[in-house]
Amino acid sequence: MYDFGDARSAGKTSGNALELYVPVLDYLSQSPINFGQIASNTLPSHPPLFQSPTPLSPSCLPVSIPLLSSSIPPSPSVPLPFPLSHGTTTLAFFQHGVIVAVDSRATAGSYIASQTVKKVIEINPYLLGTMAGGAADCSFWERLLARQCRVYELRNKERISVAAASKLLANMVYQYKGMGLSMGTMVCGWDKRGPGLYYVDSEGNRVGGDLFAVGSGSMYAYGVVDSGLRPELSVEEACELGRRAIYQATYRDAYSGGVVNLYRVHSQGWERVSQDDVLQLHQQYKAEAGCL
Amino acid sequence: MEYLIGIQGPDFVLVAADTVAASSIIQMKHDYDKMFKLSEKILLLCVGEAGDTVQFAEYIQKNVQLYKMRNGYELSPAAAANFTRKNLADYLRSRTPYHVNLLLAGFDEADGPSLYYMDYLSALAKAPFAAHGYGAFLTLSILDRYYRPDLSRDEAVDLLKKCVEELNKRFILNLKSFSVRLIDREGIHDLERLPLPQQ
Repeated sequence: MYDFGDARSAGKTSGNALELYVPVLDYLSQSPINFGQIASNTLPSHPPLFQSPTPLSPSCLPVSIPLLSSSIPPSPSVPLPFPLSHGTTTLAFFQHGVIVAVDSRATAGSYIASQTVKKVIEINPYLLGTMAGGAADCSFWERLLARQCRVYELRNKERISVAAASKLLANMVYQYKGMGLSMGTMVCGWDKRGPGLYYVDSEGNRVGGDLFAVGSGSMYAYGVVDSGLRPELSVEEACELGRRAIYQATYRDAYSGGVVNLYRVHSQGWERVSQDDVLQLHQQYKAEAGCL
Repeated sequence: MEYLIGIQGPDFVLVAADTVAASSIIQMKHDYDKMFKLSEKILLLCVGEAGDTVQFAEYIQKNVQLYKMRNGYELSPAAAANFTRKNLADYLRSRTPYHVNLLLAGFDEADGPSLYYMDYLSALAKAPFAAHGYGAFLTLSILDRYYRPDLSRDEAVDLLKKCVEELNKRFILNLKSFSVRLIDREGIHDLERLPLPQQ
């Protein structure tokens, strides 16, 4: 039997291998009336936190905690022709401005679709957005955010603050909550209050802080950054910490890899610091460890 | 995973909330404030689904401020609580219900201190003490046992510390720090954050 690939054979009973299969038909087989309806009671990815009337049972704590590497989006109302993936590792932290480090792998199920994805979106010369989740969702909404930021500048004759930009994005995607958007982004920038870093996602979270890691490899990155972060790091050491954290995440997480793109946002705006292939980093760190 | 608690005294209300903002199994922020100031003497504590909490609480906050601007005087805590409940109830059977659990605490010149418990099904109850979250299962009985209507401020803080100790002892999750505020005739006061007891 010839296999013509996941998208076409998904859901099909094995028949003539030469039969043409149009994925669009499956996509539309769901009743259009259901499209966009928020079935919040049946969302599988939200753990049953607040069912207070039920008595405590040993399994009352969320047994299936939705891991960020799950490839099934939460909303059942939007059918997808093939599984998209939220595989990525992105991180940002305050140190001499904001250090932003991302990987560059895109996956569709277990297939690596690309190793050269740009996951940092340049909103304007002093604001950066990172991409985790659905690539289309991230780039579309952040492009829309760029437009809104420019309109703000024209109306108010001053640059938009990082807090306001992240609030604009959060309010925009909140309108579509439950409809299948998948986006976990960090808005990083420098405004008159200094460096700013906000995490915004398609669930409606918006939280400011000085260190975030987002994506399926975020837990691995948190481990490295949390243990290596000190207040008196130099610029090069901070950049190396970001680079190392992404590398360690790509080492453990199958859905992250490619190259590590490093940016830094300072008072004059953002600058691209470096791009390093993960395999070369691996050889380099192995050699360094071998020398010890 | 999130925890809210409120204790009403004869002339004050003590409220506390944990300060963890979590996403799945990661603590994204350790010092997140879950209390929203509706007016000089009313606090709204809000936990629940991501996004819904901030959006709903800010909506109520702005509307309470709007009432003050339009009418020249502030909503009382009872009125604010009923206003909040009505909004929650209106959205409950819509396509976009807000999944939030609330505590509303306030001080009224005429009626004194008050604490209102509200849940995501829009139930409203005025109570002398209340708690939300899994931690409530462990601490409500402590409040039942030791609460008295004539608690002094220090005794109320001690009662709160008893509850936090129980959480640290028996609750599976690590709720390290709590933001604590007290509302009385003078307004809202920040008390010091409750830290982990030294083991």
